[in-house]
Amino acid sequence: MKNDFLLQIKELKASIDNKEILKGLNLEVKPGEIHAIMGPNGSGKSTLASVLTGREIATVTHGTVTFEGRNLLEMSPEERAREGIFLSFQYPIEIPGVSMVNFMKTAINEQRKHRGQDPLSASEFLRQMREKKELVEIDSALTNRSVNEGFSGGEKKKNEIFQMAMLEPRLALLDETDSGLDIDALRIVANGVNKIRRPDTSVIVITHYQRLLDYIVPDHVHVLYDGRIVRSAGPELALELEERGYDWIRKEAEVSAESWTTGQK
Amino acid sequence: MDYRPEVITRFSALYAASRDGFRKESPELLNRHREGAYSDFIRLGIPDRKNEAYRYTNLEKYLSHDYQGYYLPVEEDFREAEKFHCEVQDLDVWNMVLLNGFFPHGDKGLIMLPGGIWVGSLRAAVKQFPAMVEKHYNRYVDNETDGLVPLNTALASDGLFIYAPRNTVYTKPIQIVNLLHSEKDIFVQDRNLIVVEEGAQLNLLVCDHALSPQHFLTNTVTEVFVNRNARFEIVRVQNQHNNSAKLTHTFIHQERDSFASSNNITLHGGLVRNATWHLLEGENAETHSFGLFLADKHQHVASFVKIDHAAPHCNSTQLFKGVLDDNASGAFNGRIMVRQIAQGTNAYQSNNNILLSEEARMDTKPQLEIFADDVKCSHGATVGQLDENALFYLRSRGIDAREARLMLMFGFAHDVIQNIPIEALRDRIDTLVMQRLRGELSRCASCAIQCN
Ligand SMILES: Nc1ncnc2c1ncn2[C@@H]1O[C@H](COP(=O)(O)OP(=O)(O)OP(=O)(O)O)[C@@H](O)[C@H]1O
Ligand SMILES: [Mg+2]
Repeated sequence: MKNDFLLQIKELKASIDNKEILKGLNLEVKPGEIHAIMGPNGSGKSTLASVLTGREIATVTHGTVTFEGRNLLEMSPEERAREGIFLSFQYPIEIPGVSMVNFMKTAINEQRKHRGQDPLSASEFLRQMREKKELVEIDSALTNRSVNEGFSGGEKKKNEIFQMAMLEPRLALLDETDSGLDIDALRIVANGVNKIRRPDTSVIVITHYQRLLDYIVPDHVHVLYDGRIVRSAGPELALELEERGYDWIRKEAEVSAESWTTGQK
Repeated sequence: MDYRPEVITRFSALYAASRDGFRKESPELLNRHREGAYSDFIRLGIPDRKNEAYRYTNLEKYLSHDYQGYYLPVEEDFREAEKFHCEVQDLDVWNMVLLNGFFPHGDKGLIMLPGGIWVGSLRAAVKQFPAMVEKHYNRYVDNETDGLVPLNTALASDGLFIYAPRNTVYTKPIQIVNLLHSEKDIFVQDRNLIVVEEGAQLNLLVCDHALSPQHFLTNTVTEVFVNRNARFEIVRVQNQHNNSAKLTHTFIHQERDSFASSNNITLHGGLVRNATWHLLEGENAETHSFGLFLADKHQHVASFVKIDHAAPHCNSTQLFKGVLDDNASGAFNGRIMVRQIAQGTNAYQSNNNILLSEEARMDTKPQLEIFADDVKCSHGATVGQLDENALFYLRSRGIDAREARLMLMFGFAHDVIQNIPIEALRDRIDTLVMQRLRGELSRCASCAIQCN
């Protein structure tokens, strides 16, 4: 079955500790599209990223998610990654004792195995490491250390994009990759993402700020509010949010939620 | 019912029989200490769980086993053992093999390495360096807390001897391979003495292997004297099997400005207990005690450490880690004593453990006794599971769950291994630990005798 969408989310509901966080979310992403998701703190943006990558903290109670026409929710986190889903974590994890080199080598070779390719030779692997490090201007000293251990906030975010460059995903989820970056680092990281992208790579950018979207220009901007996408429009929506905040969205959403409940009765 | 009286009777019979047996061949200098040690053993008995240092370690299963005897060396056994070469790739070592706690006889009893360090059999050393052995033998042991220590003095008649004269440095590590091989279930007692004189440097690697499936009980006592400004490092790799019990008691005595480091890597063994005593007797000395164990099935691994700060301005570090699966159990008892005179002490202790199953069990107990006021002392202990967030992070990059778990366990273990000073050895131990974690038998690739 041919499907125009790379990712299709329908009526998705998900809970954490029996509390419903996502309350019927719809989103469709075509190959090559860039979507920005904005929304107030606690509205469920990172929870959506967790559901898409298979993190167990969130339980899906309703709805479907398909990736290239396949049921994504049935797949393990590692399978999703090998199929091309990548999450740049809002809060990257420190892993003492696991070296960046070993980590990346294992990740790349698992992906290659999945595609029926031979493992990379040591020299080819090192060449790629070098090349991708330059792309995001990450210090070699960092990649010689344990994963994220003792990295500054900004270095951790850069390291996420470095990993994205190594793994070349089909769908990248960037969860607040811009927060904690200074102006120069923001430019480097954003340009890095643009260089990594191939024409059919899709990106979902979760952010609070217009700044990042000056570099990574979205095709669509969505507002996630209280577990639902309550408004979708073009890049101009991000500018409007920057100017007006979320209050007007909140009011609109509450009105529509009310009419929705009264309509149900 | 208390199993111990019967075991004491058995050891006493062994001691009585030794009068007409191996004691005749044993040097007088060693024999001289036996009577006193035997009465210390009778006085202290076999430690049970009322003894704080054995609170979580039950020796019964291994001590009450009926060992068929005490091993006496036979020449042809050594020819078999000589075949054993435990080569470490890229690691240039000087290698010596002990069989069931004994050195081969003959010329190789005691030799001098280039640079002037003497290595060989304790028995041979008594003849060649009587005054020196007399000065150090049985001087650093603790004969007041654990009956198994004087039991060794009462019964042992050979073991490793190393003497590093003043300012001698041997750049390669000295590797000692301890083999257990027997057709009978045996009780092995080796006694080791290491003297590192002023300004000398010594690097020791000790590998323990059991080559036959018999039941083995090994009770090892090692005394180490580290004189002023000398440097001593020991790494032990314990790779026995589930029918073997290995009890080690290591006493490290340090003079001023000296450095010592002990690292016990326990890969396999039914019951392993390593007790390491560090006495900082002179000012400005530094000592490190490391330990790593990986245990599964019904294995038990216990670490006992005592750091005695008896002089000012000394530093000590303890880092012990354990990974336990199935029904394995472990214990850590780490003591720091800072005497009143020991001002300016820095003492650090850390014990971290990962439980992989519901049934695995770890008991950890720090004990600090501080009588000086200018002291920096920190300690921390954790018993937990693998970090779920870290696991997810690895999986989210396409690494499968099993591999991700291995990587995390390996990372956890490497924290201890990275303290091994020689890179080739560090890499080798990394590999052995990884193989062990993968559930493969960690066997040395070039081993001539294949371990079962
Ligand atoms: N592990 C957790 N346990 C309990 N509640 C959680 C957990 N993770 C998230 N939540 C809750 O789920 C809700 C949505 O959180 P989520 O992290 O998805 O928000 P967000 O939109 O990403 O917010 P932010 O902009 O602050 O990153 C919040 O109320 C949060 O407290
Ligand atoms: Mg978030």
